[in-house]
Amino acid sequence: MSEWWTYTPADFLMFAPRIYWRLFDALNRQTWPAALLAPAAGVAWLLWVARGVARPGAAAARLAAVGLALAWTASGLLFLRPLLAPIHWLAEWIAPVFVLQVLLLTALAATGGLQATASTRRRRTGLGLLGYALLLHPLWPLLDGRPLTQAETFGPAPDPTALATLGVLLLWHSGTPVGRLLGRFAWGPPLAWCALSAATLWTMGSAQGWALAGGAALALAAARRHGL
Amino acid sequence: MHPNRIMQDAGSPRLRRRALIGAALAGLLPAAGAVPPLTRRIPSSGEALPIVGLGSWITFNVGQDLQARAQCVEVVRAFFGAGGRMIDSSPMYGSSQPTIGFALAQLGMPKALFSAEKVWTGDAARGALQIEASRAYWGVPRFDLLQVHNLLAWEQQLPLLLQMKAEGRLRYVGITTSEGRRHAEIEQVMRTRPIDFVQLSYNLLDREAEQRLLPLAQERGIAVIVNRPFREGALLRQLARHPLPGWAAEIDCRYWAQVALKFAIGHPAVTCAIPATSQVAHLQQNMAAARGPLPDAALRQRMARDVAAL
Repeated sequence: MSEWWTYTPADFLMFAPRIYWRLFDALNRQTWPAALLAPAAGVAWLLWVARGVARPGAAAARLAAVGLALAWTASGLLFLRPLLAPIHWLAEWIAPVFVLQVLLLTALAATGGLQATASTRRRRTGLGLLGYALLLHPLWPLLDGRPLTQAETFGPAPDPTALATLGVLLLWHSGTPVGRLLGRFAWGPPLAWCALSAATLWTMGSAQGWALAGGAALALAAARRHGL
Repeated sequence: MHPNRIMQDAGSPRLRRRALIGAALAGLLPAAGAVPPLTRRIPSSGEALPIVGLGSWITFNVGQDLQARAQCVEVVRAFFGAGGRMIDSSPMYGSSQPTIGFALAQLGMPKALFSAEKVWTGDAARGALQIEASRAYWGVPRFDLLQVHNLLAWEQQLPLLLQMKAEGRLRYVGITTSEGRRHAEIEQVMRTRPIDFVQLSYNLLDREAEQRLLPLAQERGIAVIVNRPFREGALLRQLARHPLPGWAAEIDCRYWAQVALKFAIGHPAVTCAIPATSQVAHLQQNMAAARGPLPDAALRQRMARDVAAL
């Protein structure tokens, strides 16, 4: 790209905000009521872990990794390819990143050796981020004056899925060298998505971008002490 | 919100009243469309083109949204109803091409259509394939105009377009730039290659093209398409806070959008401007700028000066 310094994020916004928001209308119409299954399963898992029943068991971590892999698969197959790609050519380039994240999470579940974090602060941040992604993020349309039919839910919608992933990654470490490596790589796709989505939302004039940027920053800050 | 609508909502009661009357008149334009729009000739052929065309960046990129697609069909219908001809798109514009193709099919492929497309790939080998894919989206037998989008791989793509023209598979060849980028390179292409069209950004605030490119286009007999006449709406949002100056009435302008368009198409080197919209009312306001008097050089200077001072 020549004269790259003259480009701003607005130069890459190739659709109108109303068209973007209506993608979630379509997504929810197509997945209803199954769209509620992933958030419901996520909330059940969150309660299980938050009450300490699953701590420090690796089974809950494995279950989460598999659940997240399924959620990224759903986001890619239900939103990214059929809905976003027709209006945003960048989606075709992003699709392999979603595939990579599914593979990383699956491998993480398979390698085992997952241990609960020793840091209370990190654990609380992880649970808080996960709770926000599952329960509060879908309510953004109400703040924006849009219909709730445009709610973005964990699983089909990538924004809450990325935030939930960051939350879960805060909760565990892997005890094996391979697992640690996979765990570090697994931070990449959700952080990249949060950055891209925040930039898109800000360019569209939506304050929702702050939720993505804030969530990612919070996760990174909490992870800093013990490393990714 | 479209800047025109912002303008209708803003200003004094007198201006609001005037805007409402204007909106009502705009709704009558299909009937008034019997008055043909002003035209300019393409220098290389002498073919006349209406001075206002239709862009599709953002506005026609609606994906699978059926409601928005139907809205685009109505915009295209109103465009042809008002005497419009040139519709411009690009493979870079997401789903705009299939949306245009859908609209044209719904309208029975209007004979007036002047199809303006682009080739946009850095891979020289992909150029022909991309053009064919674009043609299939539009559903046209051939394009009237193909342009190298933002000069991307123009050394490779321009020969392909010129060859297509020589073989009768294309009527006109052009190149594009936007937002004032790579003007030196554009100038080089205009001086050395037999192109029919150049597309560039030109509006009340972005006037760099006046220095070299517009005079060169006149000198070399190259048609000029103006993109971003409203700076993607930002210019109109900025102007909406201010009442229309007195001179706007001299050139039959009721809206800032018409002022901005008449400024661009008022330049004698400009063949047409291609504002984009997804609203029929705004389309009709834009097309109304293709009628009535155009500003002369002195008034254009004043327009630019007054707007820069706002």
